[in-house]
Amino acid sequence: MIEIRNIGKWYGSFQVLKNCTTRVASGEVVVVCGPSGSGKSTLIKCVNGLEPFQQGEVMVDGISVGAPDTDLPRLRSRIGMVFQNFELFPHMKVIDNINLGQVKVLGRSRDEATEKSMKLLERVGLKDHAPKYPGQLSGGQQQRVAIARALAMDPIAMLFDEPTSALDPEMINEVLDVMTELAKEGMTMMVVTHEMGFASRVAHRVVFMDHGEIEEDAKKEDFFGKPRSERAQHFLSKILHH
Amino acid sequence: MFSGFDFDVIQRALPYMGQGMLFTLGLTLLAMIGGIVLGTLFALMRLSSFTALSAPAGGYVNLLRSTPLILVIFWFYFLVPLAVKKLTGDPYAAGLGPFHSALIAFTLFEAAYYCEIIRAGIQSVPRGQVFAAYALGLTYRQSMMKVILPQAFRNMIPILLTQGIILFQDTSLVYVVGLTDFMGAASKVAQRDGRLVEMYLFAALIYFLMCYSASYFVKWLQARYNVGR
Repeated sequence: MIEIRNIGKWYGSFQVLKNCTTRVASGEVVVVCGPSGSGKSTLIKCVNGLEPFQQGEVMVDGISVGAPDTDLPRLRSRIGMVFQNFELFPHMKVIDNINLGQVKVLGRSRDEATEKSMKLLERVGLKDHAPKYPGQLSGGQQQRVAIARALAMDPIAMLFDEPTSALDPEMINEVLDVMTELAKEGMTMMVVTHEMGFASRVAHRVVFMDHGEIEEDAKKEDFFGKPRSERAQHFLSKILHH
Repeated sequence: MFSGFDFDVIQRALPYMGQGMLFTLGLTLLAMIGGIVLGTLFALMRLSSFTALSAPAGGYVNLLRSTPLILVIFWFYFLVPLAVKKLTGDPYAAGLGPFHSALIAFTLFEAAYYCEIIRAGIQSVPRGQVFAAYALGLTYRQSMMKVILPQAFRNMIPILLTQGIILFQDTSLVYVVGLTDFMGAASKVAQRDGRLVEMYLFAALIYFLMCYSASYFVKWLQARYNVGR
């Protein structure tokens, strides 16, 4: 479904991504982890072309993200994305946040979109919050709305960029629960996260990044059982030791 | 102290002054709307990553902002008709007339200032909002219209209105092309009736009252908005 082939990215002379290659098969859940500044977020933003890259190729459902003739808005509309800071549109009600893409991009009627949005809000447990503004919701609630907004586009895959990093601890689980459920339903997911508990329960594969490189790309069991690279071992020992 | 004052002159001049005020308000409003629309376009150009768009917009803004307003008004009134005659070769080509040339001058001048305000407003919207809009599949145009500009303008309303108040005062410069705005009307009556002190005091009072209450309104709006945030 998602093929990342040998991509490289530079900010001026500083290389943030170095020859990264990995893939996410249909129905697979891949967790990307690594210390901060290792390029995880940049990598996941390359998948839907939010960050341009100078070398290599990213294919989503057989379409090249970097090719100049690719209809990027169209491709992006088929990939859901959830951000660290939720990024709900603060000037729109919750329901309008979820309707926007359906109406403007998919061309659904307002009624059709609202029906779909309400179903999704019910699914993430926020049906009563439809007429509120994002600012009136807690962080966990906002992130669940953001997931509903992404799902409303009927995506073929979902990208999560540190979806729980900006949340208070007591709200992390309500978001992870929604994500776990999605994974169980067979959604193709690429998740940048530090939640190793989530990774060990839900992921099929774990990609470990450091200094812009993919250090390790392994089945979950292998990664948590015995990571090959020293840096991954070091990272795991730091993150699991408390 | 007011014993030598003739307040009657003000009362007699009121209908004429009223016309002048309508002219002032109309010119302010039209130039403000035109300036904001044009300024938004310039701001989008300046923020573009294409140098072919950003460089001309930047040049325009810097040029207009380093030029006295009165000079811009003169240009459009005296030089543009000359240029048109030269270009078309028609010695009888008419100018635009004082009102239209003043309106264009004010609009273009204000656009340069509004451009910078609006550019800052757009940049005040977090980058993540742009990402989120794009990630949904919205195009550049849709993202701007539905997500970025509504938030930017909400942040900018107070400063846009403040710029409008400055413009309201600046429109008094139209006297240089022979138009009669509120200030011009006061000035004409003052000289006709030899009542300079009364008329100029009255004009100052009216300007003060209108501008002060408008800035008060802006302050109120700002406070209200900050509470809601």
